[in-house]
Amino acid sequence: MKRGDIASKILFLCASFSTLIVFLIIIFLLREGISALNWNFLMGMVWSPHKNLYGIFPTLLGTLVVVAGAIIIATAIGVPCAVFLAEFSPFWLRNMIKSTVEVLVGVPSVVIGFFGLIVIIPFIRNNLGGRGESILAGWIVLAIMSLPHIISLSEDAIRAVPTSYRQASLALGATKWQTVRRAVLPSASSGMRAAIVLGVGRAVGETMAVLMVVGNPETPWIPTGVLDRVRVLTSTIAIEFSYAEWGSPHQYALFAIGVVLFFIVVALNLVATFVIRRRNWNG
Amino acid sequence: MDELTKENIIKAGLCASVVITILILPVIVVWVGSNGIGVISWEFLTGRPYRFELGGIFPQIVGSIYLVSLCSLLGAPLGVASAIYLAEYAPNNVITQTVRFFTETLAGMPSIVIGLFGLEFLVYYLQLKTSLLAGAVSLSFMTLPWTIRASEEAIKMVPRGYRDASLALGATKWQTILKIVLPAASPGIITGILLGMGKAMGETAVVWLTSGSGLEAFVPRSLRSPTGSLTMYIYLLATQGHTSESMSRAFGASLVLLVMFMAVSVSALIVRNYYLRRLGPR
Amino acid sequence: MNGNEITPGQAMQDVFEEFRIDGAVNKVVFRDFNLWYGENHVLKDISVEIKSNIITSIMGPSGCGKSTFLRAIDRMNDIIPECRTSGQVFIDEDNVYAEDVDVYELRKRVGMVFQKPNPFPQSVYDNVAYGVRIHGMANGRELDEAVERSLRMAALWDEVSDRLDESALTLSGGQQQRLCIARALAVEPEILLMDEPCSALDPIATAKIETLMRSLQEKYTVVLVTHNLQQAARVSDMTAFMYIGEVVEFGRTKDLFENPEKELTENYITGKFG
Repeated sequence: MKRGDIASKILFLCASFSTLIVFLIIIFLLREGISALNWNFLMGMVWSPHKNLYGIFPTLLGTLVVVAGAIIIATAIGVPCAVFLAEFSPFWLRNMIKSTVEVLVGVPSVVIGFFGLIVIIPFIRNNLGGRGESILAGWIVLAIMSLPHIISLSEDAIRAVPTSYRQASLALGATKWQTVRRAVLPSASSGMRAAIVLGVGRAVGETMAVLMVVGNPETPWIPTGVLDRVRVLTSTIAIEFSYAEWGSPHQYALFAIGVVLFFIVVALNLVATFVIRRRNWNG
Repeated sequence: MDELTKENIIKAGLCASVVITILILPVIVVWVGSNGIGVISWEFLTGRPYRFELGGIFPQIVGSIYLVSLCSLLGAPLGVASAIYLAEYAPNNVITQTVRFFTETLAGMPSIVIGLFGLEFLVYYLQLKTSLLAGAVSLSFMTLPWTIRASEEAIKMVPRGYRDASLALGATKWQTILKIVLPAASPGIITGILLGMGKAMGETAVVWLTSGSGLEAFVPRSLRSPTGSLTMYIYLLATQGHTSESMSRAFGASLVLLVMFMAVSVSALIVRNYYLRRLGPR
Repeated sequence: MNGNEITPGQAMQDVFEEFRIDGAVNKVVFRDFNLWYGENHVLKDISVEIKSNIITSIMGPSGCGKSTFLRAIDRMNDIIPECRTSGQVFIDEDNVYAEDVDVYELRKRVGMVFQKPNPFPQSVYDNVAYGVRIHGMANGRELDEAVERSLRMAALWDEVSDRLDESALTLSGGQQQRLCIARALAVEPEILLMDEPCSALDPIATAKIETLMRSLQEKYTVVLVTHNLQQAARVSDMTAFMYIGEVVEFGRTKDLFENPEKELTENYITGKFG
């Protein structure tokens, strides 16, 4: 009995390790970034390390625009796909699609970015004009990256709906689609909203693929069209960390962007778990 | 329009979205394969990179393998132990919910943030320098929550009857976990670890900040050596090379990376399908 | 022979039967035993005496607490965190709920067979050997012998002796259940608890298990939970009828079925509810 207690304590320490890492992350990010975090940082319009100006508002906005578009595209494809998977698909096909989706989650983002660079950007440049590196390219690439997350999370939500709901509806003479539309999806909607919120979190954090296609202008501006080049939060860190002098305001500003990303993700996670999915938190 | 027509139209729409989803992976694989196959040669696979875009990618291949192996060596035991706690011991209280919440938060943490943390905490604060060890540890922070989630699911799928039978024979909880639950859950756990390895293999931002520049000409000799990776190599050649030579090498390296990635992922799925089939009749 | 007439031989048998049951010593004794799951009072003031080397069956409508009753004997309810108890359960002279009881030793003394056959996803041999190994009771040749002995006792040896290395999951449902019985017998228990062991089986497999139970009573005290009245009447010597956490009536099976004392029991037996 005693040995069991010790085992459970050791295992608890292991399980707490993730929590410890999250706390260490925020402590160490704040250690470097706190001095740069202020109103001018969040609301400043100009990012220009040469002039010692670190305003991330255009970058924040760029992130928002790229992520919003990508999530809309990914939701438009991903949710129907999840519905098909959960409700209409024969077993072998479901197994195959699920496997594809699971592999897709891990496909190296740098390869997707490379695809964007070589295929999507020239396509946009040749057909729509501009430099090709654009919000539009970001949408497409990021939608590809977000799609598997949206699909697997919403499929979970749909499959969590009890079979008895479906049987009840079918027994009343409803067609399969009516059942899905009127009995299943409404019950799954909170789970699917949570899926989309979590998908937004993943998309905000995506670095490489987006970085390679959105252009990252030296001094970002407020975008005016889908062919504009933009910067996103993640790409700013990735591109500039290697030439930001250690201990300079520039480095602090980059860590401050890390802090902003951290809190965006934590906030979205809080919303997804406690606000939207609260009632099946224990399930 | 009657209900049946409507239903057929909707089904067609659903199918279209499925087709798009299924096509993404093959399109990318074929695209990389057709462009990259011409570059693959013995020299390319075993040589060292020099003058940016020339030479081979041997140190990068080995670097990626080292990083991923070390990452799962460090992360997997911890992840499985956490999963055992969450699935078998965790009481349903505020502490457990907090632990779960932060595990989920870590799963959603942007890789660039984990990279920044690795840079600040491991590279500078713990003075591991930009190295194999710093890279692998950072990667394991990233894959840990995924390992936990997959292992916990696998453990929870083990039928309760197995546990009851073992306990009723007078086995302790710990004996039951070691001898019955873990063996039964192992295919699911292995699948989770392999999928995590695939993710780590494809990760760029983390290794960029913590393990090396990507064009290292040498295979890492120790845990403290800077370590190149295929992903960083691809990124550099794709974005900063301007010759056709560098593009074709980026394709070649992408092909090698995808082959390695697919090998890991597909074996993960094979292990799991075997598992599902075995549990099938019950 | 006329069915209603009692022949001297049969009368003799009845006397023996009566003597066998009445003469048996108490093996498991419940004293004012109560059990709660959280706020839910599942077992209420249970006081019964289960006798050694006979088959006792517990019957009652679902949710009456009969499985909980069974699991109270080997403290399998301990697994549920919010479970509380009061009162005592004795096996021979030992209070199962005393402070210093080693539950693992207790569960070794008390074998358990579950509703759904639950062999481990291992070989037939490893399944039977599991408990023996856990308790370090035998290895090598001795272990082989223990496995064979248990399988023979469970009337399974002839069917599986040439496939000991195959996965237990390849066996039929009835074979799996007998394997689970063999697995329980291998650790040499004194008591065998069976929780609706035939509910997932077909009639032929059920008949085999019932014959097996009859043969086991010579060595073991068997307690059987069943939903099936015919089964209780067929195989058990004594029967308890439980209803909403209480033992309503407890006595010789024959008496309980032929003229129950309580109206509730009669209603249940005659199928007025269930």
